[in-house]
Amino acid sequence: MSSASLESACTTVYELRCNECGKSFGNRPQSACDDCLAPLEVKYDLESVRGRFTRESIAAGPANIWRYKELLPIPAGYQPDLPVGFTPLVRAKRLGKRIGSNNLYVKNDAVCFPTLSFKDRVVSIALANAQAFGFDVVGCSSTGNLANSVAAQASRLGLKACILVPADLEAAKILNTQVYGARLVRIDGNYDHVNRLCTLIADEYNWGFVNVNLRPYYAEGSKTVGYEIAEQLGWRLPDNVVCPMAGGSLIRKIKKAFDELVALGLVEPKHVKFFGAQATGCSPISTAVKNGRQEIDPQRPLTIARSLAIGNPADGPAAAKMIRATGGFAEDVSDVEVVAGIQELAETEGIFTETAGGVTTAVTAKLIAQGRIGKDETTVVCITGNGLKTTDALAGCFHQERAVKPKLAEFDAYLRETDASLVNVSSSASAAAKEEALVLAGGAR
Amino acid sequence: MSVKVTLPTALARHTDGQKTFASEAKNLRGLLAEFDAKFPALAQNVKDDSGNLRKFINVYVNDEDIRFLGGDAHQFEDGDEVMLIPSIAGGRCGQRRFLTLPYDEIVLEGC
Repeated sequence: MSSASLESACTTVYELRCNECGKSFGNRPQSACDDCLAPLEVKYDLESVRGRFTRESIAAGPANIWRYKELLPIPAGYQPDLPVGFTPLVRAKRLGKRIGSNNLYVKNDAVCFPTLSFKDRVVSIALANAQAFGFDVVGCSSTGNLANSVAAQASRLGLKACILVPADLEAAKILNTQVYGARLVRIDGNYDHVNRLCTLIADEYNWGFVNVNLRPYYAEGSKTVGYEIAEQLGWRLPDNVVCPMAGGSLIRKIKKAFDELVALGLVEPKHVKFFGAQATGCSPISTAVKNGRQEIDPQRPLTIARSLAIGNPADGPAAAKMIRATGGFAEDVSDVEVVAGIQELAETEGIFTETAGGVTTAVTAKLIAQGRIGKDETTVVCITGNGLKTTDALAGCFHQERAVKPKLAEFDAYLRETDASLVNVSSSASAAAKEEALVLAGGAR
Repeated sequence: MSVKVTLPTALARHTDGQKTFASEAKNLRGLLAEFDAKFPALAQNVKDDSGNLRKFINVYVNDEDIRFLGGDAHQFEDGDEVMLIPSIAGGRCGQRRFLTLPYDEIVLEGC
C-alpha cells in the first residue's frame, strides 16, 4: 500500500496529528511530532461517522465503553470482549447537602471493570492497538492504577507485561500488579524518574508502552468518561466537571468527548466549565492555572495522593490552557483535606475512593465555597479510583474498638458509652430483661 | 572541560545517527549555540522561532531536570551527562505484523 492510500484510509476514520503544527502521521506507535516535538493526538473525520454514531446506535450497543466504538481508535475488525466502563453516575444529594450543591453527581469509576479505576478504559484502547502494531511485550510507567490495569488486561490477551513503578508505591497497588503475573520493576525514584526511564526504554526496546509510544491511542479511552456522563444525564451536558489531574490528559479528553457529541448533534451545545483538582504537594497544573500561566513549573511531589503525583505533567500546559478557556479553575488541597474528602464521600454516598478521589471531593467543596461553582448548577465530580488500594492513607483515622462480650447487656453498655445516639431508649425494657427473654426463647447463650 | 550529550533516537536523525557525543558547552545556551555550529538541522528541530529550547523538550543533567538546577543559569561541570528528551517521548517503528486496516505496513517500515 502506498503512503497516499494510507492518507486516504486514515482520513476516513482517524489518524495521528500534531497538536501544534498540524502535521499528519497516519497511524503508528508514536507520541511526539518529528518536527516540533509536540504531542500527537488522534483526529477523527467526524463526518464519516455521522449517521452511525447516534443515540439509537449507542443505545443498541453493549453496556460498556464499546458502545462508543465508532469514536474510539480501535483497529477495524477488533473484537473487544472485556466489559470495561459504563460505571454509575450517581446523584449525590447527601454529599451535595454537606458541601453546598443542590445538583451534584458523582461519576464513580471506583467500580470500573476490571481493576477498579478509570485506567481500565485507556488500557483497553492501548492494548487493542498494541496487538495491531505487533507488540509482544507491553509496559507502562505507573503510579499504580495503570500498572494494575495493564497487568490484568495483558494477562487476558496473552501479552507479556513489564511495568515500572516508583519504589515507594502503596503495597496494595504492587500486589494488584504482581498477582496477574506481570514483571513489576520498582524504580528507586519518583514517577517522573520512572517516566523518563520508560521513554529511554521505549527508544531502545521494541515494546508497546501504553503511556509512551501508544499514548495518543491510550489517551482517547478517557473520552468514554465524557460520553457516559452525557448519556447518563439523559443526553445533556453538565454545567461543571471537576476532574483530578495527574498528567493532565483526562480532563482534556472529557472536553473532547463533549465537543464531539455537540458536533454530531447528540447533545445541545453548552458552555461547560472544567475544574482541575490536585494535591497541594504536587500541584504544577493548578499552580499554573491560578497564576494565569500556561507554562508548567515542575515540582518534586510530596503528597499521599500518589496516583496524582506527577511533578512534570506531559499534558499540563494543554490542560491549563483548556481550563482557563472554559472559564473554569483549578485548586489544590492539603493531605489532611484529602483524607477528609475520602471520608466525606464514603460517609455521605457510600463510595470509598482512593486518595485521588479525596482530592477531587475536597477540591469540589473548596470551589463551591469560593463561589466558583454555583449551588444550583449541574456539577459532575469524577471519581477515578478505589479506596481499597490506598487504605494506608486512612491509617490512624479509626481506632481499634475493644471487643465486646456476646451479651446484650454488654452491647447495650458499650453503645451507651460510645455512641448514645444509636440507643433506642423509647422501647427499652431494660437490656437485662431483654436478654432474659432471649435466653428463654433460646436466642442467646 | 567536556560533557556527554545524549539524544533520543528521534533527534539522532539530525546528527548522522549519533545519539551521544562530547561537548565543550558550559551551559544550556552554549550547548544550543554548539548545535547551531555543528548540527544546524538539530538546532532547527529543538529550538523555537525565538531561539529558545522548544517547550516540549526536557533537559536533564546527571538525571536531574535542569529546571530544578537553575535552567539557563546552570553551569555544566566536567564529566556531566546532559540528556535531551521530548516531554512526551517515544515512537519506534518497524514492528513486524499488522492485523488490520487502517495501519499501513509499508509506511510504518519506512519511518
